[in-house]
Amino acid sequence: MPPNIVLVTGVAGELGGRLLARLGNNPELERVIGVDTSAPHPDILRRIGNAEFVRADIRNPLIAKIISSAKVDTVVHASTTCHPAGPGRRMAIKEVNVIGTMRLLAACQRSPLVRKLVVKSTAAVYGASSRSPAVFTENSELIPASSNGYAKDAVEMEGYVRGLSRRRPDITVTMGRFVNIIGPEVDTVLSRYFALPVVPTVLGYDARLQLLHSTDALNVLECATLQDKPGVFNVAADGVMTLSQAIRRAGRVELPMPRQVMPSVSRLLRGARVVDFSSDQVRLLNFGRVVDNTRLKDEFGYTPRWSTREAYDDYILGRGLRPVVDGDRLAELATTVDGWRVKQ
Amino acid sequence: MTTGSSAQVIPLHRSRDDEAQPAAPREHDAPVVAFPGATADTEQQEQGDPLARFLTFLRHRLTGDYTVDEFGFDPELTDTLVLPPLRVLYEKWFRVSTHGVANLPAEGGALLVANHSGVLPIDSVMTAFAVHEQRARHLRMLGADLVFKTPLLGTLARRSGQTLACGPDAERLLRAGELVGVWPEGFKGVGKPFSERYKLQRFGRGGFVSAALRTGVPIIPVSIVGAEEIYPKLADLKPLARLLGLPYFPVTPFFPLLGPLGAIPLPTKWHIEFGEPIPTDGFAAEAEEDPLLIFNLNDQVREAIQQMLYRRLSQRRSIFRD
Repeated sequence: MPPNIVLVTGVAGELGGRLLARLGNNPELERVIGVDTSAPHPDILRRIGNAEFVRADIRNPLIAKIISSAKVDTVVHASTTCHPAGPGRRMAIKEVNVIGTMRLLAACQRSPLVRKLVVKSTAAVYGASSRSPAVFTENSELIPASSNGYAKDAVEMEGYVRGLSRRRPDITVTMGRFVNIIGPEVDTVLSRYFALPVVPTVLGYDARLQLLHSTDALNVLECATLQDKPGVFNVAADGVMTLSQAIRRAGRVELPMPRQVMPSVSRLLRGARVVDFSSDQVRLLNFGRVVDNTRLKDEFGYTPRWSTREAYDDYILGRGLRPVVDGDRLAELATTVDGWRVKQ
Repeated sequence: MTTGSSAQVIPLHRSRDDEAQPAAPREHDAPVVAFPGATADTEQQEQGDPLARFLTFLRHRLTGDYTVDEFGFDPELTDTLVLPPLRVLYEKWFRVSTHGVANLPAEGGALLVANHSGVLPIDSVMTAFAVHEQRARHLRMLGADLVFKTPLLGTLARRSGQTLACGPDAERLLRAGELVGVWPEGFKGVGKPFSERYKLQRFGRGGFVSAALRTGVPIIPVSIVGAEEIYPKLADLKPLARLLGLPYFPVTPFFPLLGPLGAIPLPTKWHIEFGEPIPTDGFAAEAEEDPLLIFNLNDQVREAIQQMLYRRLSQRRSIFRD
């Protein structure tokens, strides 16, 4: 049975809001309800079509009432924040991530009409360390990089989702483990990080980065909502970049710093409200993380349209980032030297 | 398989065998005579090439226009910056000669298993260089997590094609048809004292065998002679090692006595021999679930390397010469 009445959580977020707008303009859906504690961006609200927005907290018992009274059959849980762009209150985010998910899942379990659950998780659940394999598949062990970060929340959340699917085997559960999302419009931790004129990195480490274009992320969530795709999927673009390569492509200045001073730097950046630099994030910059997207392509049936590098270049172009150090001009200089040498 | 109570006879001098195999490729190639007309042109290109190549490399670095694979391997960087300095070490310092290159496949996956020694893992780097020299393929080596934890070294290792020694990574590389190098003795091998040179240590838990079985690629035993004498490790300062977080802190006749000078390896003469491939695709489907088979294969590979070592050592007249 195709989905009919869809509930989307976390619509104040970029991805959730855009998903609400997409689903709201889908004529095949009878009703689309978006919930969040704050209203989506006015641009999104203008475009949401038939969708409705309900200001509700998923930690509130009200959410169970909405699910049962609106006869919701498909729940899209997109409100988990795993890479908050700006510095937020750690405990508040944990509340939403873990307690909110528990409440939402409890409501889903109680309502017999719910047939499908789509959860946006994160690839950070695999962690990042010198002992991790280079490429994570969906079967890899989940070892969050730090014991109190957002990745830990995500691991706990996934545990609750598994519990629900055990108790209600009739619900189709799709879990997407998304890598860092980037794109011209989205505001994520990496999009803020690479916009810094001088980018602090960890001395002696050059992480491998794998990104996902925001449009691809949206397509995957939409596809999972409209079709039945049970399972756990790594959602990531093809290809890998190194951190230093990304910094060069954006024309930023790399500032390597010893690992020991990284905590103070992150505190400074957090204090200045520039970018959130959690310990998970520092681990990512240390060792990087690459996931295998074969299952997404073969079983889920979606091939990301942007590769990591294309997504990144689209972000640079779309953001209008002007290079601080123009690599192209320096490269031209090298060409000039080469031409001059050949003439000689 | 080399089981049973009777001791095995190891043929030490293979001179007759060598004669009996006329088809075996000789290491010394016939001198190549260039065409007279072409010399001037190619010479000029040879002279101009390195700098032009370096400038192209520089251009790519400045604009970030290069590709790394999912393991972080950067072929351009490896070919331009990592391999050329190693050539001096390979050709002039250790004067490495290679044997049995015909056993290295020109394409497709294979797992190279070698003895490990020398306090610093220079033997693995030289083996990778030998493979690149002989087959123009990059050897993807599996390293300990200590390598990837160390700043700079870890990054360099990933960039030059190494990855963590673990089942998933090894299988992924082998499935992709890469040549993978593994040193199953690990730190027990690199850090063995001088008195135990050329005595193979325990070969891990046979993880490399199950990786080869799962992917059905052949195992190529490799013996490295000469590397075990570059730093004669006489003692181990365990408390200092613990303090620095290292697996051992070596004391050689020159280190730490002469300080950094003592870190110069002895210029021993090296032989790297690639043995006959041991196929792993002829077993039943669930072979990797059979621990006994894995142990047997593990012993077979270890035995093959030990024999190659003994044979080569018996033919060697001096540590420093042929």
